[in-house]
Amino acid sequence: MVAQHYSPVEQQLLNDFQHDMPLTATPYADMAKRLGVSEAEVLAMLQSFRDEGVISRIGPVLATHRVGASTLVAMAVPEVELESIADIVTAHPAVNHNYEREHRFNLWFVATAPNESRLAACITELEQATGYRAMVLPMLENYHIDLGFDLQWK
Amino acid sequence: MEMTLKQKLVNREGVDAIDRDLLAIIQEGLPLVSHPFAEIGRQLSLSEEEVIVRITALREQGVIKRMGVVVRHRQLGYRANAMVVWNVPDHRVDELGKRFADSHLVTLCYQRPRRGPEWPYNLFCMIHGKDRTAVMDIVERLAESTHAELLPRQVLFSKRCFKQRGANYREQPGAHHGQS
Repeated sequence: MVAQHYSPVEQQLLNDFQHDMPLTATPYADMAKRLGVSEAEVLAMLQSFRDEGVISRIGPVLATHRVGASTLVAMAVPEVELESIADIVTAHPAVNHNYEREHRFNLWFVATAPNESRLAACITELEQATGYRAMVLPMLENYHIDLGFDLQWK
Repeated sequence: MEMTLKQKLVNREGVDAIDRDLLAIIQEGLPLVSHPFAEIGRQLSLSEEEVIVRITALREQGVIKRMGVVVRHRQLGYRANAMVVWNVPDHRVDELGKRFADSHLVTLCYQRPRRGPEWPYNLFCMIHGKDRTAVMDIVERLAESTHAELLPRQVLFSKRCFKQRGANYREQPGAHHGQS
């Protein structure tokens, strides 16, 4: 199974600090205390998780609608053009996630901006730069309370 | 002193320019050093204490949903992820949205607007699994347990990830300004 090459301490480090890491002057030392290892070991494990790409970062996940304006956007792009259009979309500073999905609407991205009017301007820029119409799908209601992701080791 | 600043920060509406800079920096990831908040403070000319107080306040305000280790599901063997979209009668959206969100099988669940006949879907959820079969299984179980089997739905598996990073809310230097 997936997690077999991780030690119990590594699994705990990956699973138990997704939601609320200690917000103290020395967070890694405090995490280490809870895991029963040294601060140096925690730093080394996190460094290697990051090098392996198992974690993208230690940091915040934001409630996007609380800070600025953001929306999900979809485009239907012919397969042959997908890569070049995706590059144009990715290059725009307002875009932070950009995925190919299996559907006629095959390019899905999230655009964020400091406010609604900037966001609308960014969408227009992206439509002009790509030549494709953007289907704009802002969030109306969030039903999910983000508790991180239970990795269900074992 | 510390409490005053914290209370002030928690009780206000929204975020200020310092918070935006702070969020932009920590979204790149905390440095892996003994005193990460002191190091971030140095970049912003803030004390370690103020950085911690501001992040704590943003967390309590709900601007930060969670703070910690951000895992990449793909690298951990959750190789399949799908956005599942449903066409739910308007009067059932809240009920189903809450039930989907409660099921522990979905990692996100949002209501979004329909966009005409080519996109009649109004409820979106995200499902991760070890492979496609596992994801399809979860979709079936979810539909059954919520009596949503007969609702039109589509499962959009992700293929390539072109970009994934934290959001950028800072004004872009040199960005054009919208009309208005």
